[in-house]
Amino acid sequence: MFKTHSTLAALLLALIPAHAASKINVMTATQDLAAIAREVGGDLITADSIAMGYQDPHFVEPKPSFLLKLQKADLLVVVGLQLEIGWLPPLITQSRNAKIQPAQSGYLDMSQFCNILEIPQGQVTRAMGDVHPLGNPHYWLNPDNGRRIAKALADKFSSIQPANAAQFAQRYADFDKRLTEAEKGWDAKMAPFKGRKVVTYHRSWPNFCERFGLNVVDYVEPKPGIPPTPAHSLELINLMKREGVKLILVEPYFDLRTPNSIASNVGGTVVVMMPSVGGNKEITNYFQLFDYDINLLVNTFSKMK
Amino acid sequence: MIGDFIGAIGNHGGRATPSLEMHESEVGFQEVIDPYARADFFISFGEAGVNLEEGYITFTSLPAGLQLKVGKMRAAFGRVNTTHNHVLPWIDRPLVSQNLVGGEDGIDDAGLSLSRILPSPKGLFLEGTAQVFRGDSENVFSAVRRSDVAAVGHLRAYSDLSESTNIDFGASYARGHSPFADGKNQLYGMDATLRWKPLRRAIYHSFVARTELIWARTSVVPSLLYGIISAIPVPPTFAAPPPTLVKPFGFYVSGDYQINRRWIFGGRFDRSQRGQCVPTNPATAASCTFVYDPLGGVPRTVPLLQDTGGSFQLTYVPSEFSLIRTQFRRAKYGEGLTANEILFQFQFSMGAHGAHPF
Repeated sequence: MFKTHSTLAALLLALIPAHAASKINVMTATQDLAAIAREVGGDLITADSIAMGYQDPHFVEPKPSFLLKLQKADLLVVVGLQLEIGWLPPLITQSRNAKIQPAQSGYLDMSQFCNILEIPQGQVTRAMGDVHPLGNPHYWLNPDNGRRIAKALADKFSSIQPANAAQFAQRYADFDKRLTEAEKGWDAKMAPFKGRKVVTYHRSWPNFCERFGLNVVDYVEPKPGIPPTPAHSLELINLMKREGVKLILVEPYFDLRTPNSIASNVGGTVVVMMPSVGGNKEITNYFQLFDYDINLLVNTFSKMK
Repeated sequence: MIGDFIGAIGNHGGRATPSLEMHESEVGFQEVIDPYARADFFISFGEAGVNLEEGYITFTSLPAGLQLKVGKMRAAFGRVNTTHNHVLPWIDRPLVSQNLVGGEDGIDDAGLSLSRILPSPKGLFLEGTAQVFRGDSENVFSAVRRSDVAAVGHLRAYSDLSESTNIDFGASYARGHSPFADGKNQLYGMDATLRWKPLRRAIYHSFVARTELIWARTSVVPSLLYGIISAIPVPPTFAAPPPTLVKPFGFYVSGDYQINRRWIFGGRFDRSQRGQCVPTNPATAASCTFVYDPLGGVPRTVPLLQDTGGSFQLTYVPSEFSLIRTQFRRAKYGEGLTANEILFQFQFSMGAHGAHPF
């Protein structure tokens, strides 16, 4: 009798981890994708990411500790457009996880679902800097692309767990509704500043600027991925003076010395914008990312009047 | 395609390298073959010829967390041996690699490699690798018979100390048929790498410290070296003395600090023993001192020489796709010769963006 009870107890215990394991284990390249995955997946998934929101997503070290996470992933969600080309391919190969290899069912490139800007026309050469030949990969900075990412994730989660498809669809619908509401607020806040000219450090902001009506006139980098040069900085100062540009947007992983120097020459301001969820402690979800950046811009523009 | 142009000036102290050389042009072909495997081929074109540096298929979908590579590959012995020239933080390779592990070519052979991530406590990454090779790697292993295969084993332990700092340990073992006698060559290695890279400023600052220690137990026949002093007639009784074991040891310690986005400064200290007259890569000036003594006969052991060196490197990185490096190298070789050299390197890459080294 005791033996039978022990066996039953062991079986029940064995079922507990089986239930826990039924959550979809999602790994993402960036914290933005993980944040959207949590919106859609809720407690039916676990989501973790490789690149932190405050680090340059072009330069991530392929640490073996990431392999431990990738090895167990059911789904790997990537930004694509060669953003991760310098670090993700060796991690995928070494993960020993057949599901997440490119073109397998557990590999999802979000760029295929989104509106991509700056797709180069004609020949692309390295003389143009580190241009992404398939288009600008910072597309998650337009909420509409966030919506597209959420829809694609809901569909993917549903294909992995058809039994929970209704819940994923419901969570997506809820996310879509909340995002639409939030967009109205962001639009209202940014409306007075539509058409303002700005300079950005790197080409991280075309989607954001297009969506919220900012006009990017130039970049601190002379070419994508190429560090600032004195000659280009001088040209930029002249351009900003000529065009009356007073604001430089910088990502948190770039050195501020050159932008500060340029700004001081034109009587302008440098703001450190957050390009990703996790860029600082306040930004823990996709909505807070836009809340933070838009409030920062509105406050800065207001002071510049 | 990666181009590697190297120049050297100064006194080479007996290990001559060209003054100017298009050292290597490496072409890489990397592609997914099918849902189960990918292939990686690296073909290097030197001024003198073409070499398949590596060419292997990797099976990415094996059960039980296994990964199998089949083809020609650099053996998983230590760290430097696994590293292609263009990924090294120096222009040359450390003395211990040159003396004991075949230098630039290293243990690079046709074979099979099976690896697995091993169960470990949380926060620790453990990987075990077992490899079998044909057994032909210049100056390290030589397969006389089919059964003279070489075996290599490697255990890697990695841990994140913080989000910015991590440490990597490795233990390696390799054995195969000695190229210098009908006996074994065994290599034991330990390596450690400490990396620091603050995530918020990852493109501006980083520090890497690394060391590698290698012990060899190499069968050598003193008479093998007679060709060098063949002017002296050797009595038949000494023609084939039994193999003797030499047990040289070597190590290097190095560090690199990235000063800003474009400049990296580094230094390295080297010390390595080697069996006198046992070949190295690059070749050491022949200075074998075995002299036939009609009374004492031929020496039955191979004395060890010790080479000691140090270098400083300064690297300028204009972009992700090129670098310019200079290295001041001073070495005192066991024969008593001293080298004082300045090496310089221009390296550039074309085509698809490669993976960043780690």
